[in-house]
Amino acid sequence: MKRYDLIIVGAGPAGLSAAIEAAKRGLKVVVFDENEKPGGQLFKQIHKFFGSKEHKAKVRGFVIGEQLLQEAADAGVKVVLNATVVGMYLDKEIVVRIGEEVHHYKGDSIIIATGASENMVTFEGWNLPGVIGAGAAQTMMNLHGVKPGEKILMLGSGNVGLVVSFQLMQCGCDVVALVDAAPRVGGYGVHAAKVARTGVPFYLSHTIVKAEGEDHVTGVTIAEVDEHFQFIPGTEKHFDVDTICLAVGLSPMSQLLKMAGCEMEDNPKRGGQVPICDEYGETSIKGIFVAGDVSGIEEASSAMIEGRIAGIAAAHHLGFIDDEELKLKTAQQEAALEGLRQGMFAPKNRGKLVEKTEEGIDVSMNLLKKGYIADDEIERYPGVTHKVGIHPVMECSQNIPCNPCQDACPKHCIKIGENITSLPVVNPESDCIGCGMCVASCSGQAIFLVDETYEPGFATVTLPYEFLPLPEVGEKGDGLGRNGQKVCEAEVVSVKTSKAFDHTNLLTIKVPADMAMKARFYRRA
Amino acid sequence: MSSRIKEHPILGEPQKGKLVTFTYDGKELQGYEGEPIAAALKAAGVMVHRYTKKEHKPRGIFCAIGRCTDCVMVVDGKPNVRTCMTPLAEGMKVQTQYGVSDQPFDKQ
Amino acid sequence: MHEINDRSRDIGPFVPGPDDDMIICRCEEVTKGEIRKAVHDGMYTLTEIRRYLRTGMGLCQGQTCAKLVKGIVARELGVSPAELEPATSRAPMRPIEMRVFAAEAKEDGEDEE
Repeated sequence: MKRYDLIIVGAGPAGLSAAIEAAKRGLKVVVFDENEKPGGQLFKQIHKFFGSKEHKAKVRGFVIGEQLLQEAADAGVKVVLNATVVGMYLDKEIVVRIGEEVHHYKGDSIIIATGASENMVTFEGWNLPGVIGAGAAQTMMNLHGVKPGEKILMLGSGNVGLVVSFQLMQCGCDVVALVDAAPRVGGYGVHAAKVARTGVPFYLSHTIVKAEGEDHVTGVTIAEVDEHFQFIPGTEKHFDVDTICLAVGLSPMSQLLKMAGCEMEDNPKRGGQVPICDEYGETSIKGIFVAGDVSGIEEASSAMIEGRIAGIAAAHHLGFIDDEELKLKTAQQEAALEGLRQGMFAPKNRGKLVEKTEEGIDVSMNLLKKGYIADDEIERYPGVTHKVGIHPVMECSQNIPCNPCQDACPKHCIKIGENITSLPVVNPESDCIGCGMCVASCSGQAIFLVDETYEPGFATVTLPYEFLPLPEVGEKGDGLGRNGQKVCEAEVVSVKTSKAFDHTNLLTIKVPADMAMKARFYRRA
Repeated sequence: MSSRIKEHPILGEPQKGKLVTFTYDGKELQGYEGEPIAAALKAAGVMVHRYTKKEHKPRGIFCAIGRCTDCVMVVDGKPNVRTCMTPLAEGMKVQTQYGVSDQPFDKQ
Repeated sequence: MHEINDRSRDIGPFVPGPDDDMIICRCEEVTKGEIRKAVHDGMYTLTEIRRYLRTGMGLCQGQTCAKLVKGIVARELGVSPAELEPATSRAPMRPIEMRVFAAEAKEDGEDEE
């Protein structure tokens, strides 16, 4: 039986990060992954990540994936692909299917980083072709370059549902509605807002009654639900769609751990069946560690840090590093992880209604119910100010761990400060030069440049634009409000594309002066 | 009206292998070598991959990452092949799966 | 836990529901009604339900339906899903032909590199 110092199951963000840290410390490491390509779900993530520099904020997921693969290659990590771990047994023995054979391996330590699987909901017709998971949609469009459908209804307003809805539109699909049985949007407000402003209607407290069609989906009926999630008769709404996308949460894929005899618990805050583990990710069986979604559903950013911690801890377990190095190295990672677990969406706040920001400002209820901040709510946020000449307007209204905007501005117009979850504040002393770096740096696409006195009677709004075809200077179309409804005529006065913007184009539209704080999207005529 | 994405605002033009010909229930179709069979079928507008054993209901792509096994078809005579995980190759014979057979139920 | 499995506990009669014919286990085509009835037949644990109905025993090994079945059984028993012991995890975790499962790789026993 082949033996390794460390066997890692799963070559996603957690597994690769763990492998890198362990290999750097001299362990003989192998990573098995059942897929054809490494990187897990990172290569389907085409949006810019949140966090701070150490979390690779404002870098798109697939780019982080490429960086991670390079780092793994540099560290000499061996990744075996198309290798399915089908079992894990006593004494850290694993059975792997590779090709037409099964192989047995023994690890002196093991890190399980198998990630998560998608939850599902049932409704009449949920088995019909055309009803797909949100992960399937991402896989089809972002990995294989095939549109999952033409007209799509999204169920689920968590970050996955919101992000995938936006991605569907980016590849040219029509998202007809975003539906969630919960009374409030589950994901980041900024993700919701960027979907809502394109005109996608949100139906909270609604769910799917049935998927229609004989051999595949041709339509869907949704209806409102009461507080017990029962349908309210007479509230049915029909949409002609060819695809229904389900984004109703993830569950840790922890079966291997249970099979090996690790102590498990059902922890709703972590998303389901998870192993009981310590701060290093070590399970009840010494030498078996976990990292990433398998130990509790979070983001890829936290999975990478958990992976690094587990990799360091495995090195310590086998005596490759001493207690001091373990403490020192993991302390840095723990601090980074702690940073990501702050704010309104921290694991400890899951399921709670947070009504005020850390600054004591009322949270926009319209954002939670309809996906966008109402015009009469927007002025309450510190990033939204007025000034003569061009200036940033930051429609960032929730405390989330993210701060690339404050470093993006060469003139230091934007301040978040020590606390990474604080809402961005405009520095009144600094002068905006209209470079747009902040607009492109905002992973939530929540920053706009506004010039309220561009021309007599007219203002300009510069907005992030990640769709094709790119509008042309001089063309006229509709200015849409935060709710995606037309508020005015708009003329494109500038389209800026730059490598530094990383595919976020800056579109400047000229709108009537009174629309400066209302128009937030541009629709081609 | 293909559902292939020609140009993506973030990803640019999809990088694809060479165009190959395969058969789907005897019909000649084209797809790119190495992409999952399911992607090639989706691009060709095929929605139904199989009909279930008990209730004879249609199924297609559901998870697209090899977990749910709903997209299985008969490939080169072998049933239960996960089309979302199996790379397309020149000359592949892909057939709708009825229960676990490539024969429609009335002929089984 | 043993209280949940107490078969003498009265969980009331089986009441047919409007969505009883909904397929829950996609692979083995087991309906919600069948799962609910099984509970009333005395199958109080997920492992028993699996053996009785084959939910989660098909090609996908319960990847999709495990959580759904758990929810239905828990509701029928009047307990929280978190209180139910999950079904036993067994190899193989992914579909694999017996031919392959039995094919032990030759180089086993040799140390690599």
